Amino acid sequence: MDWNAFLDGFVVVTQPTNLLYCLIGVMIGMLIGVLPGLGPAATMAILLPIAYNANDPVSAIIMLAGIYYGAQYGGTITSVLLRIPGEASSVVTVFDGFALAKQGKAGTALGIAAIGSFFGATVSIIGLTLLGPIVASYALDFGPPEYAALALLGVLLVATVGNGNTIKALVAASVGLLLATVGSDSFTSANRFTFDSLQLQSGIDFVVVAMGLFGVGEILYNLEERHGKPHVPAAIANIWPSRKDLRQASPAIGRGSFIGFFLGVLPGGGAVMASLAAYAAEKRVAKDPSRFGRGAIEGVAGPESANNAAATSSFIPLLTIGIPANASMAMLFAALLVVGVTPGPQLIEERPDLFWGVINSMYIGNLILLVLSIPLVGIFVKILRVRPAILAPITALITILGVYTINNSVFDIFVMIAFGIIGYLMKKTGFEPGPMVLAFVLGSLMESSFRRSMLIFDGDPSGFVTRPISGAIIAFIVLVIALPLVKMAFRRRTPVTPTSEPIGSDDSDQEAGVR
Amino acid sequence: MTMSERETRTADEPDILAELQAEVARDLAEERPPAGGPAYQVVSALVVLVLGLGAAYLSYGYGLGSLRRPGPGLWPFAVSLLIVVLAVMLLVVGRTLDDAEKFTRASLLVLAGGATFVVFALLLPTIGFEVPALLLGIVWLRFLGGETWRSTIVISIATTAAFYLLFLYGLKIPLPHLLAF
Repeated sequence: MDWNAFLDGFVVVTQPTNLLYCLIGVMIGMLIGVLPGLGPAATMAILLPIAYNANDPVSAIIMLAGIYYGAQYGGTITSVLLRIPGEASSVVTVFDGFALAKQGKAGTALGIAAIGSFFGATVSIIGLTLLGPIVASYALDFGPPEYAALALLGVLLVATVGNGNTIKALVAASVGLLLATVGSDSFTSANRFTFDSLQLQSGIDFVVVAMGLFGVGEILYNLEERHGKPHVPAAIANIWPSRKDLRQASPAIGRGSFIGFFLGVLPGGGAVMASLAAYAAEKRVAKDPSRFGRGAIEGVAGPESANNAAATSSFIPLLTIGIPANASMAMLFAALLVVGVTPGPQLIEERPDLFWGVINSMYIGNLILLVLSIPLVGIFVKILRVRPAILAPITALITILGVYTINNSVFDIFVMIAFGIIGYLMKKTGFEPGPMVLAFVLGSLMESSFRRSMLIFDGDPSGFVTRPISGAIIAFIVLVIALPLVKMAFRRRTPVTPTSEPIGSDDSDQEAGVR
Repeated sequence: MTMSERETRTADEPDILAELQAEVARDLAEERPPAGGPAYQVVSALVVLVLGLGAAYLSYGYGLGSLRRPGPGLWPFAVSLLIVVLAVMLLVVGRTLDDAEKFTRASLLVLAGGATFVVFALLLPTIGFEVPALLLGIVWLRFLGGETWRSTIVISIATTAAFYLLFLYGLKIPLPHLLAF
C-alpha cells in the first residue's frame, strides 16, 4: 500500500474547509437520521447540486459521504426513545432499545449504540483502507464484459435483496435502464426516445431524476402521511454506560462489526441486512435468547455496530470497482460523475487526494459523531420536538432552488417535478424507487459495456461465460435468480407435510449452503 | 461444535430473520393507510405493460442491428421486452398483493403540494424567487401543515430571507431575484 498517499489523505482532510464540510455532512446526516421521513439517499439527492457549486469537489464528496454514515448514528436515537426507527437500518434496534428506555436505561442504550457504531465504523474503515487498494488493483484488469456482468449483478441484487415485491423491484430497475437510453446514442449518435425535443437529446440528467424520485417523491409522500403531532421523547439520564454494560456488550460489538463489514461489501446487502443479521446472530449465541426484545443490551450493540460497519464497507465497491452497492452509493456515484471523476479502479491512481481524502474523512467524521452523539444527545432529542410541517416547506425550497442552480434551467425543475410525481405514485403502488435510480445511474455503463463486449466477442455471447471473471460473476447472477425459485418450490411442498421437520431443514440447509 | 449442532444452527438462521422481518413489517404497517385492492395492482401492471410495449415498438424502429454489430435499438428493445414480460407476470401473480396504498382525502394534499411546485417553476423566471418562496411557505405551512397564521408568516419570511442570504451572498449563486441591494 502507498502509505504516502494515505498520509497525504489526512493532509487533505485536515484542511479547514474540508473539516468544516465533514462536520456539516455528519451533522446533517445525524439530523435526518433523527427526523423520520427523509432518508439518507433522499437527502443526498436533494443536496447533489452542492457538487456542482462547491469550490473543491473533494469537500462536496466528503460532505455527502458524511450524510450517509451520520444518518446511521441518528437513526438510533428515535428507535430507542420513540420506538420509531429514524432509518430502516435501525429498525431492529427498536426491540431492545425501546425496552431498555422503558426501564429507564435509555441513556445506556444510546451510549452503547454510539460506542458500538464508532467501533464498527472504525473497523470497517481500517478494512477499507487495507483492502481498497488491493481490490482496485485486481479490478484494473476488468474489461467491458466484466463491467457489464458486474453492473447487471449490482442492479439485480439491489432489486432482489431490497424490501418489497421482487417483480416490482425488477420492473423499477428495468425502467431505470430504459430511462438511461434516452438521448443521443453514444455509438451511432442516433436519437432515442427524444420525441424531437432538443432538451432530451443530451439525455436526462440523473441528478435531476434522483432529486425528483427520491427528493420530491418523498417530500410529497410525507405530506400525505403526516397527520400526528410531534412525539415527546422520554427523558434520558446518564448516557455513559457502566463498565458492566460495556463488558456485556463488547463481544456483540465485535461480532456486529464483522458481520456488518462483510454484508456491506455485497451489493444490495448494506446496512439494513447487516443489522438484521447481527440481531439474529446475537439471539443465536445468547445463553438465554428469551431476554431479547425485553431489553438485552447486546440487541442494541450488535445491530448498531453492524449497520455502521456495513454503511462504511459499502464504499468499497464504489471506490474500487465503480459499482454502487445501494441507492445512497448511487447518489455518491452521481456526485463523483458531476465533479468530473469516473469512479473505478483507476481512481486511486488518478485522484489519490480524492480517494484517500474521502476514506480518511470517515475516521474523523466518526470521531465527530461519537463526540456529538454522547454529550450532545440532549440537543438532538430536542430537535424531535420540531414539527414536521415546519421542515417540509424548507426541504421543498432547497430542492427546487437546488435543481435550478445545476443548469439555471426551469426545464430541469419541471423534469424533477414529473419524476417526483412518478416517485410518489410508485411508492403508493408498491414500487421502490431505489432500484430504478440505481439502474438509471448504471444504465449507460451497462449498455456500453455490453455493446463493446459484443464487438470484442464478434457477436458471440458465450464469451461472457468463458472469460474467468465475468464467467464467475454470471454464475453468481444465475444463483441469485435461481435461489428464490428453489425456495418457492420448497415452500409449495411444505404445506403438504406441515409437521415434518426434514423438509424444512433441508430447505434452509440449502439456503445456507448457497450463501 | 458437533455436526448436529451446526445443522440446527444453520436451520435456525432464516427462521429468526423471517420472524424479525415479519415483526418489523407489522410494526410499520400500523401507521400505513389502508391497502389498495386488486384494481391498484392491475392498473399499475397495465401502465408498466403499455410502457414496455411502446418502448419496444419505438426501439424496434431505431434498428436492432445484429449481435455482431448491435444497432442503437437492440439494448432498449431487450430491456423493453423484459419490462413486458415482468408486467405480464405482475398481471398474473400480482393481483393479490397488498403493497399498494389507497388514495385517501389526504392524497389531495399531495396534489396541492405538487401544484405549488409547478406554480413556483412558472413564476421563478419572471418575478424572481422571493415571492414564490413566500407563497410556497404560506401554502405549505398554513394550508397543508395546519400551522397558526403567526408562525406561518414568521417562518415563511425567515426562510425566504435565509435562502436569499445563503444563495446570493453565501454561495454566490445568481438566482433570479426581485430585490437587489
